[in-house]
Amino acid sequence: MLARLGAQVREVRLPEELDGLDGLVLPGGESTTIGKLATDYGLIEPLRAFGQTKAIYGTCAGAIFLSKDAERNQPLLGLMDITVERNAYGRQVESFDVEVPVPALNGLADGDPPVRAVFIRAPLIKTVSGDAKSLASLPDGRIIAAQQGKLLATAFHPEISGDDRFHRYFLKLAA
Amino acid sequence: MEKQVATFEVKKGLAQMLKGGVIMDVVTAEHARIAENAGAAAVMALERVPADIRAHGGVARMSDPGLIEEIMSTVSIPVMAKVRIGHFVEAQILESLGVDYVDESEVLTPADEANHINKHDFKIPFVCGCRNLGEALRRVGEGAAMIRTKGEAGTGDVVEAVRHARTVLGTVRRLQTMPDEEVMALAKELGAPYELVKETKELGRLPVVNFAAGGIATPADAALMMQLGVDGVFVGSGIFKSGDPARRAEAIVKATTHYNNAKILAEVSRNLGEPMVGRQVTDIPEADLIAKRGW
Repeated sequence: MLARLGAQVREVRLPEELDGLDGLVLPGGESTTIGKLATDYGLIEPLRAFGQTKAIYGTCAGAIFLSKDAERNQPLLGLMDITVERNAYGRQVESFDVEVPVPALNGLADGDPPVRAVFIRAPLIKTVSGDAKSLASLPDGRIIAAQQGKLLATAFHPEISGDDRFHRYFLKLAA
Repeated sequence: MEKQVATFEVKKGLAQMLKGGVIMDVVTAEHARIAENAGAAAVMALERVPADIRAHGGVARMSDPGLIEEIMSTVSIPVMAKVRIGHFVEAQILESLGVDYVDESEVLTPADEANHINKHDFKIPFVCGCRNLGEALRRVGEGAAMIRTKGEAGTGDVVEAVRHARTVLGTVRRLQTMPDEEVMALAKELGAPYELVKETKELGRLPVVNFAAGGIATPADAALMMQLGVDGVFVGSGIFKSGDPARRAEAIVKATTHYNNAKILAEVSRNLGEPMVGRQVTDIPEADLIAKRGW
């Protein structure tokens, strides 16, 4: 999706592959797997340093990895002042999609329609504190997107519904 | 828009999150924990791994719900479980347990030789096996949200996994360069729904995530399948039938992530202990081949 928006992209699996990047996407997946591989290949500290100055966007498992607390013993970057609860909405049968308004994205699409957010075994952003702020929440108040400077986290997957506004927003942060 | 559950996008979506990962067969909660700690993207809960099903003979069925639930409560990663081909009641039972994915699997003894499950009827997503693009798209047509090439389960011989992956991916490549007027004839030849063949041509890949399975036993096997172009791998007997499962599991996860990095592949392949013993597919009588189950 970022390539379609005109960005040059490459995959990062090892620390040296971070060189020269303006931004990084931490994708969905299993945060336990991401954390383990990042630890074993020495990516934790380089990623923390990267996040001090560069943009990072974490979706779902990526958002968990950015957080400072996931209520469970697993490797985290701790870059954002958010706490999360894994699989907060239940198992796959409870996965869902819903439309939510996201004021921060206003101006990125005609008429600023709500974002169709797809939640897959999604985490909940339980608290935002310090410099982090909430960008969007469900009607019941549960937070589903947050930002802290150039760091962006969504509990859901905008790429699955094909909506590119969060990615465009992220590219502006990275620029 | 109201909150919607179990749309096809949500079902396909979980498989997207497994991409680049390893799904491991486990028969106990302890295995499941080893798999999770090794970095598995999901586990497949079952009573016997395919190599033992092969050795035991008899009818292989859905696992005991108690075992599946125990594994579900042990790990935080997604849990899959198998049902017999066409056995939609076993699938209803697994759906009620809340497993994350159902594998309608040829590894179990088929319950219906003519029909697979109508997977559109379920909220829960399904993964199904295939040997070629026609079989893959028939399963997608029935509602499968993820596909795996079958290989030959329980052998530790990767040759069938390679054959099936090359067949599927090769046909997709052929389709991509084909003029539009030839697509219907190919759909007829494959016995696949025309709309899905067209969609595959437009996407340049299967419309759902495509893993490889059946015979993957080493880190190099996993990387081979990834370099051939699949999205991830299932490892069945290969891990827990080997000498040092924890180590091998971790090595296969790393090999699947770094599948293009021969240096890392060499590193993780060191000192893994005994691989599963394995059985050459060419030594297996035609009637005992698992991949032929289903159509």
